[in-house]
This record gives sequence, C-alpha cells and structure tokens, in this order.
Amino acid sequence: MYQYDKFDQSIVDARVEEFRDQVKRRLAGEITEDQFKPLRLMNGLYLQLHAYMLRVAIPYGTMDSRQMRMLAHIARKYDRDYGHFTTRQNIQYNWIKLDETPDLLAELATVEMHAIQTSGNCIRNISSDQYAGAAADEVADPRPWAELLRQWSTFHPEFSYLPRKFKIAVIAADEDRAAMRLHDIGIQLVKRDGVLGAKFFVGGGMGRTPMIAPEIRDFVPAEDLLSYTEACLRVYNRYGRRDNMYKARIKILVHELGAAEYKRQVEEEFIHVKTLGIDPPVAELDRISAFFAPPAFEAGLSDTVDRSDPDFAVWLDQNVKPHKQGGYAIVNISLKPIGGIPGDASSAQIDVMADLAERYSFDELRVTHAQNIVLPHVAKRDLYAVWQALDAAELASPNLDLISDIIACPGLDYCSLANARSIPVAQKIATRFASLERQRDLGELKLKISGCINACGHHHAGHIGILGVDKKGVENYQLTLGGSGAEDVSIGKITGPGFDEDGIVDAVEKAVEKYRELRADGERFVDTYRRVGMEPFKEAIYG
Amino acid sequence: MDKVQIRFRSDTPSTAPIVSFADIAGESNAAAVRIEPGDDARALIPYLGQLALVEISFPAFRDGRGYSAARIVREAGFAGELRATGDVLVDQVPLMRRCGFDSFAPRVPLDEAVVAVSLARYDHVYQAAADEAVPVWKLRHG
Repeated sequence: MYQYDKFDQSIVDARVEEFRDQVKRRLAGEITEDQFKPLRLMNGLYLQLHAYMLRVAIPYGTMDSRQMRMLAHIARKYDRDYGHFTTRQNIQYNWIKLDETPDLLAELATVEMHAIQTSGNCIRNISSDQYAGAAADEVADPRPWAELLRQWSTFHPEFSYLPRKFKIAVIAADEDRAAMRLHDIGIQLVKRDGVLGAKFFVGGGMGRTPMIAPEIRDFVPAEDLLSYTEACLRVYNRYGRRDNMYKARIKILVHELGAAEYKRQVEEEFIHVKTLGIDPPVAELDRISAFFAPPAFEAGLSDTVDRSDPDFAVWLDQNVKPHKQGGYAIVNISLKPIGGIPGDASSAQIDVMADLAERYSFDELRVTHAQNIVLPHVAKRDLYAVWQALDAAELASPNLDLISDIIACPGLDYCSLANARSIPVAQKIATRFASLERQRDLGELKLKISGCINACGHHHAGHIGILGVDKKGVENYQLTLGGSGAEDVSIGKITGPGFDEDGIVDAVEKAVEKYRELRADGERFVDTYRRVGMEPFKEAIYG
Repeated sequence: MDKVQIRFRSDTPSTAPIVSFADIAGESNAAAVRIEPGDDARALIPYLGQLALVEISFPAFRDGRGYSAARIVREAGFAGELRATGDVLVDQVPLMRRCGFDSFAPRVPLDEAVVAVSLARYDHVYQAAADEAVPVWKLRHG
C-alpha cells in the first residue's frame, strides 16, 4: 500500500486548514453559498435533502485496517453510525454538519485520508480493479499508475474548473472489473515487447447520454503518461461545451468531434506538452510501485478447503475468487443482505472488516464499484474462520454477482437530484428473489438502479437496469435490458413504458422467467438477451 | 473595465490601449490585448513579441478556459503581464498564479489578507505548471 511521505502529508494537512478557513469565511458570511459551493464540492461536501453529505476518497479503492477503522470512527462520531460505500469506490456519510467537517477532515488526515476532489468539476478520485495485486490475469498492478495520476491530478491548477466532472479508471487485465470504458478516461495497462504502457480510451460515461469510450491511443509509455493525460484534459478544458451542463462531459466533445479528430488534437497538444518537462522520471513510478510489492505470501500452503459446512460451501462457491498465489484466495464481502440498503455498513461492521483484514489479509481491504468490500489476500486455511466472523456480523450474504447483489444510488431518500427512490426498489427486488437457490439458478445477473437520469446507479450498464423518473409528480420506473460494464461493455435498451414501484418488481420477474425459459446451456441472462433480442422479453413483460 | 488590484510584478504597468482579440491582427502596434473564454490563445502566439500585457477575461468564475489560455501563453515564452479580470475569486488566485497569471483585476475586490494567507498555505505542489514551484517528484528524485 502507498504510504505518504512528508510531502504528501503536508499537502493533505494544508488542505484541511484551507477548508477550515473556507468554512469559517462561509459561516461568517464573507462568501456567498454560490461561491462556496464549488469550494465545498471540490472537497466532497454536498448539500442533500436533509443534511450535508461528505464523500471521503478511497484512492483506487485500497485501504488498510487503520484507515477502515477511521471510517467507522467517523460514522460513530460525526454521522448516524453507518456509512455508504459508493460506485466510485469511495464512502459517503449522509448526516454531516458543516461546522464539524474541518475537524472530521483533520482526523482523516491522521490516517492519510482526505475528501479531495471527490466531487466538483475537477478530476475525481481515480478508480481501479478491486482485485489489483491479487488477480492472476493482470499484466501488472494498476495501482502505482493510479497513484501517479492521483498525485498529478491533486489541485491541478489548470483543471480545477473543467466543464464538468472528470473520472479516470485504470485497470491491467482483459477482464474489466472497473467499468473502465464507461469513464471519461479509461486506461488499460498493456505490455508491448515486454514493456508496460497504457492503452487510452477517452469519452465514455453514463448519465443521460451513455457512451462507450473509443480507443484513442494503443500505447502510451510510462514516461509519457502525465503528458498524454494532460493533453487529453487540455483539449477538453478548451473545447468541452460549457453552454449546457448536460452536454459538458468529455463524451459529448469526443462524440461531436469524432474520435479521430479528438485524437488528432490530443496528439498535436501532446507533442507540445511533452516539451514542458512535466513528466516525472520513471524512478518516481518505481518508488510508488515499491509500495505495492506483493505481501509476504507463505509458500506451499494447501489449496484444500474443508467444505463440510454447507452454508460455508455456498459462500465459498459464490463469494471467493481465485488468487494468483497458490494457497490464497480473494474474499468478497457482500454489502447486499436481502432487504438491506446496498453499500451500507454500520460502524461495527466496518470494524469487523478492518479486524479481519488486519488478521487475515495482510492488512488490506478494497472497495468495489459494485459497492462491496474485498479482502484481497486470504490464506485458504483461514477461509472458514473469516466466514464465521463475517456471518456473525451479518456480512456473509453469499450473493456476489447474483440478482440481489444490486448496485443502487441513494435516490430520493437522500439525494436532492433524484426523481425517484432507489433503495426501496432494490429492497423489494432482493426480497422477491430472496431464495438463494433461485438466485443461483439464475446465475450472474447484474441489476443496477438509478434514481435519476444522472445514472449514479449505473443502470445503463446493468444486465437489467432500472431508471427512476418523475412522471407528473409520481415515481415511475423504466426498465432496460442488455447493458454491461465489464469487458463485454454495452448500453442497455429501454423495454417500453415504465412501471410503478410494485410493477417494476413484477416486470423484472417476468423478464427473468423469460430468460429461464429461453436460455441455452451456460448462457447468462445477458447472453440470452443478446442472442434472442428484445422482442420475447417485451412480450413477456407487456403481453 | 475592472481595476488592477493585485500585481506581482515590479515593472511599470503598460498604459497601452487594450485591443480585442479580433482586432489584434489589424493593430500592428498593439501592445495589450484582451481575450475572452472562446478565443484561441494559440492564435496570439505570433503577436506575443509585441505585447506587454495579455488580459484574460473570466466572465463567470466557473468557466475555466482561461486557465488553459494562460498556460498556453506562458508556454509560448510570454514574459509580459498576464492579467486575470472579471469574476475572479480569492480561492482561485493560487491556481491562477500557478497557471502564470501575475496580475489581478477582479470585478469584486479581494480581501488581500486572505489572498496572502492562501498563497502561503501550500508548501508543496504535485505537478509542474507555469510557475516556479518545484513539483514533489523533483524534490524526491533530485
């Protein structure tokens, strides 16, 4: 894991004092709410329906037990004893008081954490693959590159007032576990002639106009990473639309210019930017990479796991994934209990996960974009003990990637932008499909719910997506089928007219039953949909 | 026109009339120009040698195009006065300084004590820009 040196710490400490000063000036009436808004947003502080919401950055979703315990402490001391893990691998707290935020940030800074650029029209927290450093299929650990980008983007003087927010994801495997091509910039690390470099995809995103990012450059060498990214951003900052906030994301610019013309402009800018000396020496990437060296795995551990406890065996099959190191496994902790709020965890649960990471996972945890937690490096001999502890804390739902492993935005229960509630719909669908046997029979089925067109719940990328809209003052839910945020990335299509809250649950069930009827051997829901198309599902839903 | 409130230069301010970006090509003697967010700062590069002042307008503080314009002008070697004018807020001054601005003519006067504190707050920066600040990667690796 990356550790701050005196430079990193001094920057984060200065940020706390800067924000303390900004809050003081706001409370004294020296700056208007309109002027304060971009300042607080650049520090992750939103005004929601009932209170301020603070989003804390978890860079590329990686943290240690000390940091995780701090998140529990924040939940207890400053919030209502819980936190909400987000699709951007961050955590947010929903009941924050403005005058307490400087102290809260000061506490975070003591464990090398902050809320810098977790919102606002700037470069947001960099996201990555939750299995980084543990997956057998990666060409390298993507996190050092993400950390290099984190540092470069922090308080970037030119890119703090962009046309709109800007999200970057870095992965290093062909299997895409981070929805990479649905980001403003998606980077996939690749090897060419044995040398590591970055493949750039630019102009993806969800929101009201979902787009899959086209490839802009097949290989950017490490020594050009920041120059090339800077060129991508400069073209956007200069020419991205500012006349209409709904058309201000880079995806619209790339779409309107065409990927080839955008690329031409970036390459031209890059030739110039490269002369400015903004790229650190490769020694800096090496310095960062050393922090991500593999932990001291024990060699020769057994791969055998005692499956005699049937409940444990189910969890093992569903939530535990292969590790690159023999004798070890990746443990997924589902934050999706049936009837619960997707992504929520109590402070006690956060502490349990921190303890397990410290004891069994080389002190590391990850947050996933699907709003779950990962213990990346667990010895197989310890799996049963880990499961028992999780089970006792109600954290052992064996539903990873099943229909009840729902991504949902906070929706109208919290968010001032929402048109409809997301959480109750997620709860009703999970409850309808509560039978584990039924869920496992349906197999991998990614269901994602957004409470408005901003698509924070990734509905466009759901095998089944649900979008809440406001229809003449009544909550209404549209259904989409066939999306994916993985390497088979695609945007879902709307089935037809929307439904009320109970109607959408019935519609999902009809679509799912149609799939069971039509599926060929080994086909997931999305595979069957792609083979047979929308019509049979439409008939089942509306017929 | 907004009055210059803060200036980080010791030379004498230019008193030349400020021409618009559109007029610069026709004004062979112009020594000062003002550009708006939609103007292409690169098109100024052929004229930089004759200019003592480039004024970059910020009609609305949220419109950040002027930050790129400033860097482009500085990257082209312009050493004259680079002025930010319009809706310029105190918390933006440190970022603007890093992009090469060295004078400020805000529509609403800034609290100079707050400006001074803001500019002194950060001992370190992560990235190279148009100012003299040394990025931390350079401090780490010499």
